[in-house]
Amino acid sequence: MKKIKKYMHWILLSPYLTLFIIFILLPIIVAIYLSFTYFNAIQSPRWIGLQNYVNLFTRDEIFMQKVLPNTIKFSLIVGPGGYILSFILAWLVAQLTKVPRTIFALILYSPSLTAGVTMAVVWRVLFNGDQQGYLNALLLKLGFIDKPIQWLQSPEYLLTIMIIVSLWSSMGVGFLAMLAGILNVDETLYEAAYIDGIKNRLQEIIYITIPAMKPQMLFGAVMSIVQTFTTAGIGVALSGTNPTPQYAGQLIVNHIEDYGFLRYEMGYAAAVSVVLLIIIYLFSKIAWKLFGDN
Amino acid sequence: MAGFTPKTNPKRFHKSQIKFYFILIPIAAFMLLPIIFIFSQAFKPIDELFLYPPRFFVRKPTLNNFYELFAATKGSTIPVSRYLMNSILTALFTVIFTIIISVFAGYALSKKRFKAKNLIFTINNLALMFVPVAVIIPRYLIIQKLGLIDTFIINILSLLAMPIGIFLIKQFVDQIPDALIEAALIDGANDFQIIFNLIMPLLKPAISTVGILAFQVAWNSADASTYFINNENLRTFAFYVSNLTAVTGNTIAGQGIAAAASLIMFVPNLVLFIFMQSRVMNTMAHSGLK
Repeated sequence: MKKIKKYMHWILLSPYLTLFIIFILLPIIVAIYLSFTYFNAIQSPRWIGLQNYVNLFTRDEIFMQKVLPNTIKFSLIVGPGGYILSFILAWLVAQLTKVPRTIFALILYSPSLTAGVTMAVVWRVLFNGDQQGYLNALLLKLGFIDKPIQWLQSPEYLLTIMIIVSLWSSMGVGFLAMLAGILNVDETLYEAAYIDGIKNRLQEIIYITIPAMKPQMLFGAVMSIVQTFTTAGIGVALSGTNPTPQYAGQLIVNHIEDYGFLRYEMGYAAAVSVVLLIIIYLFSKIAWKLFGDN
Repeated sequence: MAGFTPKTNPKRFHKSQIKFYFILIPIAAFMLLPIIFIFSQAFKPIDELFLYPPRFFVRKPTLNNFYELFAATKGSTIPVSRYLMNSILTALFTVIFTIIISVFAGYALSKKRFKAKNLIFTINNLALMFVPVAVIIPRYLIIQKLGLIDTFIINILSLLAMPIGIFLIKQFVDQIPDALIEAALIDGANDFQIIFNLIMPLLKPAISTVGILAFQVAWNSADASTYFINNENLRTFAFYVSNLTAVTGNTIAGQGIAAAASLIMFVPNLVLFIFMQSRVMNTMAHSGLK
């Protein structure tokens, strides 16, 4: 009996640890291993050392010219952009009384409740390429354009539309955390600051609000990174094809699917996965540096 | 400074707040438009879907799209209700098991003393950043090795490890005083009794939050159905909707059906969140990464 008690924490942790290892840790380890092999899903993996990485950075023109720049552009705008937007909106909403605040918070949060697949339906209809498309119809009526634009099939618009849709749905859990953080800042801190000579709301935000809600800011940043990389499939959902037209909306995640499930070059796809994991890790390191306590 | 009133979180309306309404109302309207569009589109009769120039709001709402949605699969062997049922079961079990697993682990990480504790929590925090799509191929290979391809249970299993769930619960259990648990131990309670009778009731806000997040993931996820399941009988509604829109999304007639399906996807999330929002906010106030 005593022995059981001694190991109770392992018993309590075991369901989680088992699942964590099988579905999170092991896949990462296998991805790292596979990234050093040639693997076509039929024959067993053959060790080729760094070849996949060398190919990725020297031979894969699509990766270097389209996928990587797209991913960087998309994640730099959607990540920090969505994050700053979340904070600004949370702060604005926090200036209102309880009932309107709740209503606004709910409206702003609701887009993030819609699934990627669901949204493809709506946005594909709104951005439809013929004159039946809502945006085209509106612009035609106002006289801005004289023939309908193929929004989702034109390389010049696809990435922009992906960014707008992603920003639109980015007020998720991070937004709620920040709102809660702002509302819970100790009132006496503000009072003290005003005695010390703080004059306006901008100073109030920079010197009191943000430092007081550091934990929520960090949480919001982490969530925004995750959100950015999970919505990455949106280009394929919007345009309806993988690869996207002229690779205009191709992000790293799509590149992985392209090589893994369409071309069956699993080893190569794994190398791309590892690169993606490293990018995500670097992003989170920066977030931790900015808002972490140590 | 007598009579100081903080400007944030005001108790009652003051005309200085009007400027915030001026900024927020247009933004909120923009955020709401596509959602109103789903509702409007789902109830449009066929002639309004065909209308040119297209009209945003529905004039003569009809349930026809929903009938069509359920009739669309009449010819095939698998009815829509099958996908829906799969989704409901997946969501239900995912929510229940995620909560239990997270509470067990969160409690152990917060209140038990053992060597690997900090290491596990650090790894968990790193895994907050985990994006399943990034390692979809190794995941597939592992699931294949485990013989879980084409099983219903993989719909649920692949979603249960939720680092954010452990994280939120642990942060909340940290705030429950140790003395309370020690008192229960002295009274002869074991860990399971403590968890179910003491921790769970105290953790209601955090548990609701984890439940909502788990529900959202389970209800919206088409990943397991796409990658791990080939048997149509076991696939979920989210998968059905994504397939439906891929095939019929571009035709006008399909738009009504797709919108009806989207509405069915969206409404449960919304209703659940409206009911739970104050608890969620409460959790978020105490959930910072420290």
